[in-house]
Amino acid sequence: MNDHASADSRTGAADRTAQGGIEIRVNGKPRTVPSGQTVSGLLDALELDHRAVVVELNRQIIRRNELDEIALEGGDVIELVHFVGGG
Amino acid sequence: MAPDDPLEIRGRTFRSRLFVGTGKYGSNREMVDTIRASGAEVVTVAVRRIDLDASHEESILHDLDPSEFFLLPNTAGCYTADEAVRYARLGREAGLSDWVKLEVIGDQDTLLPDNAQLLEATEQLVSEGFVVLPYTNDDLITALRLEELGAAAVMPLASPIGSGLGLLNPMNIRIMKQRLSVPVIVDAGVGTASDACITMEQGVDGILMNTALAEASEPEQMGHAMRLAVEAGRTAYLAGRMQKRDWAAPSSPTEGLLD
Repeated sequence: MNDHASADSRTGAADRTAQGGIEIRVNGKPRTVPSGQTVSGLLDALELDHRAVVVELNRQIIRRNELDEIALEGGDVIELVHFVGGG
Repeated sequence: MAPDDPLEIRGRTFRSRLFVGTGKYGSNREMVDTIRASGAEVVTVAVRRIDLDASHEESILHDLDPSEFFLLPNTAGCYTADEAVRYARLGREAGLSDWVKLEVIGDQDTLLPDNAQLLEATEQLVSEGFVVLPYTNDDLITALRLEELGAAAVMPLASPIGSGLGLLNPMNIRIMKQRLSVPVIVDAGVGTASDACITMEQGVDGILMNTALAEASEPEQMGHAMRLAVEAGRTAYLAGRMQKRDWAAPSSPTEGLLD
């Protein structure tokens, strides 16, 4: 049973990839991004200024010079933060 | 004249002893005008998620020029050492320095600090090379421990964050100032200019405030008032106040009175 379930879910994942998308979470919400999309590509898709955002990928901070190099994978959890007013 | 040196923290000198927050303003324009009127150089900011549903939400950096102000990220909203360390690292990455105003809150209603978590986070962040300015209660022993752990300054509260109750325990603050080697910057609770003045008269090195400015009817005008109050309180401290006495002492000569 478990093998079947696992195989099904993998097939499902493969289907989603075939349709060109992987599931990630961005700032607490689910989001489908194209397979192979880089972190940099995600920021562009969201129309965010790379210099004004800090990216945390699975609790690890991604340096700006690494944004182009890291490709997103299914299940990744992304936090995009910036400075706001505070005391 | 008793001389005054500029405020110095960890080898960096600042043009004002007044630090200000950037929260709760009606607009960024009002915030910047108020900060300029206050003369503050150190300006705190918070780290938060970008609202992806808002159309092109601007970072506050769009309105705060880092060449004009020294931006100090805080860890407001954190309730554990781990959370605070995470936010501090994000703030360092977003900002231009290793400095952090460290807050680890213990209770939602009072926003009082959690000392145990604060000490743990301070130790961790100091080991990572941060210049740590912890927000603490007005407890000497906690302040001494923070100093031992390598805090660059200690930031005791005057009264709870956003309360506007002023300096509730001047004696604790005076004792802290006398016992610590690192600067003491009173943080939180100041409500109006007299509070700032009385706080500075205790001899502390500076004050951080936010709500007293942002919630004033005229924030920019209050910024100016706070600038004067901090300077007045500091200058009065340096000048050395007269001794208090229980009975009156005439100011005019008691000799030469008419029969």
